[in-house]
Amino acid sequence: MSAAIEPAAQPKRNDAKRAKSVLSRYSSPALGLFLPLVLALGWELAVRAGFSNGRLVPPPSVIYATFAELAKTGELQRHAAATLARVVSGFGIGVIAGTVLGAITGYSTLVRRFIDPSLQALRAIPSIAWVPLFILWLGIFEASKVTLIAVGVFFPVYLGVMGAVTSVDRKIVEVGRAFRLSGFNMVRRILLPAVLPAYVIALRSGLGLGWMFVVAAEFMGASEGLGFLLVDGQQLGKPAQIVAAIVAFAVIGKITDWLIVGIAAPFLRWEDRFKSQASQD
Amino acid sequence: MLTLERVGKTYGNGVHALEAVNFSVGPGEIVAIVGGSGCGKSTLLRAICGLDTPSQGRVLLDGETVTQPHEKIGIIFQEPRLLPWLTVAGNVGFGLEDRPKPERDARVAEALTRVGLSDKARMWPRELSGGQAQRVAIARALVPRPEVLLLDEPFSALDAFTRVDLQDHLLGLWADRRPTLILVTHDVDEAVVLADRIMVMRPRPGRIFDTVETDLPRPRDRQSSDFDRVRRHVMAALDRSLKPAVKSDANEGAALWW
Ligand SMILES: Nc1ncnc2c1ncn2[C@@H]1O[C@H](COP(=O)(O)OP(=O)(O)OP(=O)(O)O)[C@@H](O)[C@H]1O
Ligand SMILES: [Mg+2]
Repeated sequence: MSAAIEPAAQPKRNDAKRAKSVLSRYSSPALGLFLPLVLALGWELAVRAGFSNGRLVPPPSVIYATFAELAKTGELQRHAAATLARVVSGFGIGVIAGTVLGAITGYSTLVRRFIDPSLQALRAIPSIAWVPLFILWLGIFEASKVTLIAVGVFFPVYLGVMGAVTSVDRKIVEVGRAFRLSGFNMVRRILLPAVLPAYVIALRSGLGLGWMFVVAAEFMGASEGLGFLLVDGQQLGKPAQIVAAIVAFAVIGKITDWLIVGIAAPFLRWEDRFKSQASQD
Repeated sequence: MLTLERVGKTYGNGVHALEAVNFSVGPGEIVAIVGGSGCGKSTLLRAICGLDTPSQGRVLLDGETVTQPHEKIGIIFQEPRLLPWLTVAGNVGFGLEDRPKPERDARVAEALTRVGLSDKARMWPRELSGGQAQRVAIARALVPRPEVLLLDEPFSALDAFTRVDLQDHLLGLWADRRPTLILVTHDVDEAVVLADRIMVMRPRPGRIFDTVETDLPRPRDRQSSDFDRVRRHVMAALDRSLKPAVKSDANEGAALWW
C-alpha cells in the first residue's frame, strides 16, 4: 500500500522541499531588511507629517538627495577613491608583513620564542595611541595614515597565519613526507592549502580593522576621504552628509569583504563546515 | 628484497622502543606483525619507510640504505589521512604529480575501479564513509606502484564486515603486481588470513619474539581447522610474548611468589 503511494508522493515532496529552499534563500535576507526598512519609512513619514523637523536626524529622502548630489558633483567618488587608496595600500603592507612574519614564527619555534613576545606586547597597545608618534615621524600626510592602517591590519593577519601554520595537522604533513615532498613542494601542496581557510578569515578581520583605522587616520586631519566628509559634515552641521559618508563606508567595506570571500571561494569548496552542510539540506 | 639489520630506536625522551630487529622480506611476500600495545610496531614501520631514522642499525631495500621516504616504499596509516582539499581522484593521484596528465588520469581511474570507487572520483573526502576513505588511502598508496607497502593497522577503525571486505580487496590488489606487504595488526585473524609469515613482537624494548609461517593455501578458509591451528599458534606466542615482561618487574614477581 505505502509502496504504491511512495513514487507518486516523492516528486511532490521534492517540489515542496525545493520551494521551501527557494523561499528560505530569498526570505532570510528579506527578513533582515524588514526592521531597517520599517524604521526608515516610519521616520520619513514622521518628518513629512511634521512630528519632527528632521534637522539632526535627516529622513531617508534627504540622505538620498545628499548622496545623489555628492555623487553628481563627483565629490563622493573623489573622497571614496582617496579612502579606498589608503585602505588598499595599508592593507597590502599589513598583509604582506603579517603573512611573512606569521609564516616564519609559525614555522620556526626558535624565531617564535624570539619575536612573538615583543609583537604580542606591541599588540596590547591600542593602535590609535601610535598616532602622535606616527605624525611626528612620518608627517601628517599619507605615510602616517597608511602606516596606521597597516598596523591595524598587521596583527590579525599575523596572529591568524601563525596560528594556522602551527596548527597544521602533523599527520597530514607526514603524508607529504611519505610522498617525498620537501621545501617548496611541501609548502605548495600541503601547507598552503591547509592554512588557506584560516588565512581567509585572518584577511577578512584584517580588512575590517583596516576600514576602522582609515576613519581614525582621516580624523587626524585630511583634505579628502570619506573620513573628511564625516568631519566636514560635523563642523558645518550637515548630518545628511555624515550619514551619506557612513553609508558609503558600509557599502564599500562590504564590497571589499565580498571580494576576498569571492576570490577565495573556489579554493575552499572542500571545506567541511557545519554551515555549508546545513544550507544544503 | 627488504632487509633490516639490527634496527634499534631510542626516542629523544629516552624510551627504548626497538632493539636489534633483524629480518628480511622477499619480493611479493606478505608479513604480518602482531604484538601488544606499545611494543614498537609503529616505530618499526616508520623506521622502514624512512619517516623516522633508526638510532642503530639500518634498513636496506635491494642493497640500498633507506634514510628518508623512498619512492619504492609506500605506507598506509591507521587513519585514511586524505587531503581534504583534494577530490578523491586528486588524492589518489597525489603521488603521480610528475607524470603526464593522461597517464596520471588513466592510473587513477584504474586504481579507483580496483577499489570499487570509480563513481566517487569527483567527491570530496568528507563525503566518504570510513571504509571508503580507507579504500581511497589504499589506492593512493598503490598508484605509484611501490615495491614495498607498509600498513599500520589499516583496518582497525572499521567494523568487522567492512574489515573482511577490505582484506579481500587488499589481497586482490596485491595479486595484481605482488608488492611486498608488511602489515601491522591487532587482529590475529587478519594476520592469519593475509600473511605468509607472522612475526610476534615483545615489548620494552621492542624486538621480534617469535615467527610463525602460516603455510596455508589461498584463498584461505577462516573456518578450516588448519586456519584455527595457525591462529592458536599465534595466540600462544602472543601470550608468551606478554608474560616475561610482567615477571621481569621485580615487585610484581615478588607479589606472584607470595
Ligand atoms: N614520538 C615518540 N616519542 C617518544 N616516545 C614514543 C614516540 N612514539 C612512540 N613512543 C614510545 O615508543 C614505544 C613504542 O610505540 P609504538 O607507537 O611503536 O607502539 P605500537 O606497537 O605501535 O603500539 P600500538 O599497538 O598501541 O599502536 C611506546 O612506549 C611509546 O610510548
Ligand atoms: Mg601503533
